[in-house]
Amino acid sequence: MDTRYDVELVSVTKRYGATLAVDAISLRIPHASYCCLLGPSGCGKTTTLRMIAGHEAVTDGDILIHGENVSDLPPVRRGTAMMFQSYALFPHMSCLDNVAFSLKMRGVPKAERHKRAREFLELVHMESYAQRLPAQLSGGQQQRIALARALITRPRVLLLDEPLSALDPFLRGKVREELKRLQRELQITFIHVTHSQDEAMALADLMVVMQDGHIRQCAHPREVFERPISPFIARFIGSHNVLRTNQGPVAVRADRCRLGAVEDGPHVSGKVIAVEYQGSAVRVAVVTEAGDEVSALVPDQHFYRNPAEPGQPATLVWSPEDTHALVDA
Amino acid sequence: MSVLTATDSRSAAVIQSASGGVARPRRRRMPAWSVSWLQVSPLALILFALFALPTVLFLVVSFYDYDRTGLYPAFILDNYKDLLTTPATWRVYVSSLKFACIVWAITLFLGFNIAYFLIFHIRSRMVRAVFFLLCTIPFWTSGIIRTIAWIPFLGRNGAFNQILMGMGVTSQPLEFLLFSDFSVIITYVHLFTLLMIGPIANSMSKIDKALVEAAVDAGASRWAVMSNVIIPLSKTGIVLGSILVFTQVMGDYFVVKQMSGGQSASIVSMLSNEISTMQYPPASANAMVLVVFVAFLVAMMMRVVDVRKELVK
Repeated sequence: MDTRYDVELVSVTKRYGATLAVDAISLRIPHASYCCLLGPSGCGKTTTLRMIAGHEAVTDGDILIHGENVSDLPPVRRGTAMMFQSYALFPHMSCLDNVAFSLKMRGVPKAERHKRAREFLELVHMESYAQRLPAQLSGGQQQRIALARALITRPRVLLLDEPLSALDPFLRGKVREELKRLQRELQITFIHVTHSQDEAMALADLMVVMQDGHIRQCAHPREVFERPISPFIARFIGSHNVLRTNQGPVAVRADRCRLGAVEDGPHVSGKVIAVEYQGSAVRVAVVTEAGDEVSALVPDQHFYRNPAEPGQPATLVWSPEDTHALVDA
Repeated sequence: MSVLTATDSRSAAVIQSASGGVARPRRRRMPAWSVSWLQVSPLALILFALFALPTVLFLVVSFYDYDRTGLYPAFILDNYKDLLTTPATWRVYVSSLKFACIVWAITLFLGFNIAYFLIFHIRSRMVRAVFFLLCTIPFWTSGIIRTIAWIPFLGRNGAFNQILMGMGVTSQPLEFLLFSDFSVIITYVHLFTLLMIGPIANSMSKIDKALVEAAVDAGASRWAVMSNVIIPLSKTGIVLGSILVFTQVMGDYFVVKQMSGGQSASIVSMLSNEISTMQYPPASANAMVLVVFVAFLVAMMMRVVDVRKELVK
């Protein structure tokens, strides 16, 4: 079967009574993509994921997986597997039985399903923990078990609901690499819900930024970062200064701004309110005369050649080609 | 020289804090072991005075000799021998066990389903609290009143028979409704279902709802979710509720007496007959056997689940 898209949403809508959680969104996810649904809390990203999984019924619209309309199918017949935010491991079962659970539900004999479960424990490097109970594992280890449990069904699409949010920052980075590696090796589509733009930028082939039940921008992270379409996107993605001009709102990346003089080109003037040392760069926050807060990410050696102090007047300047026009949403 | 000064100033500080200590003595902390002993002592005292002491007393008296005029300290096994060789004893135990098993099965079925409904179907906390309160309404009146209240309802000319005849379902009043095993079981179920609902609902409320979704995601049917997830994780509540219902029925006196119309006897009514005829040693022996029997049943149920381990979770 050759389909161009692993997952297609066709004006999918979710209503809870009078509130509209997801408003007629359409989305196509190409084969074997790492897709991140990104947005502030309450934007409908988790609801969208749960509708794809089949844990939430669509109010309107259709969901296609590998070209097949699955809108009315139960989760198990969609070829999806979900990894829950809380991992949702069965606390009364050993890790091996947790991983083997879906095979048990399919009536696979015990010896066979345990053998397969061990293979998947190996895949996530947890083979030595087979007999432990989930409560005896750390958060990161529990997550690997949850991952193995989801993958053993050989899903066409793996759905991950904020999989990294319960981990400490160090572990988060490591697991992030691992998720990406698994996705590359398995050649299936991962749909990953997150509210962290760092996570989405690091992982995604397709970044879907949502707000108020709508998809605001859907592209490769680099495209989103370099050409955010609206002030919301620019602010949400971070590291952008959104400025009001007579021609409408524009965005300028903070790392393309420097401290300079009014004659140097496009500029904005104000007063330094904070100076943050960040290692390779220094972030200088400036409040403009109009009251907007903007910042410049200045390479450290540039900054220390001509340092600024909070309270001093300052002018941020950038090259004209770095001004990016936005569409007012 | 500077090192010396530093040392001096430090020792000065030490002296100062020491003198401060003299002026305002630090509160002495109780050792940790005494705190925990102090915490358990009220309950321990009550249990000792009202449970352990009387039990020991019964144990001692159960070996005494007696006649119509008094008790004679002795160590004889006749009381136990008489008790265990009387067919009436066995009949009463079998009858009580029969009631206990039937009531246990019905209250477990009802309690589990009601608890499941309250925890998994009702989403609003508010509505759930209201329903829980409704469940407890029968407990606002005493058990005796609740038992007796069934009599005018189930009696020969009672409300239920009147309704049935009024609707033309039956022409004769149903006789088995009152003063029968049926009425005893109905009353027990009415009295004790909440004892099942409480512990089971408590266990269920600790189940993460995502577990149900995870099971469904893995292809579990409704029944498979029940047998693989909900029931194993409610086991503690089921066992606790079972213990409560079982011990209540085994130790009951009033319901059987009132509702069976003298057709069934309970272990405790046998005991009370012995006491009213001043046969204290056989009554004590009877009580000891009941305690051991019920303790054995509870121990069996506890083997299924380590309730102590589950309770601290």
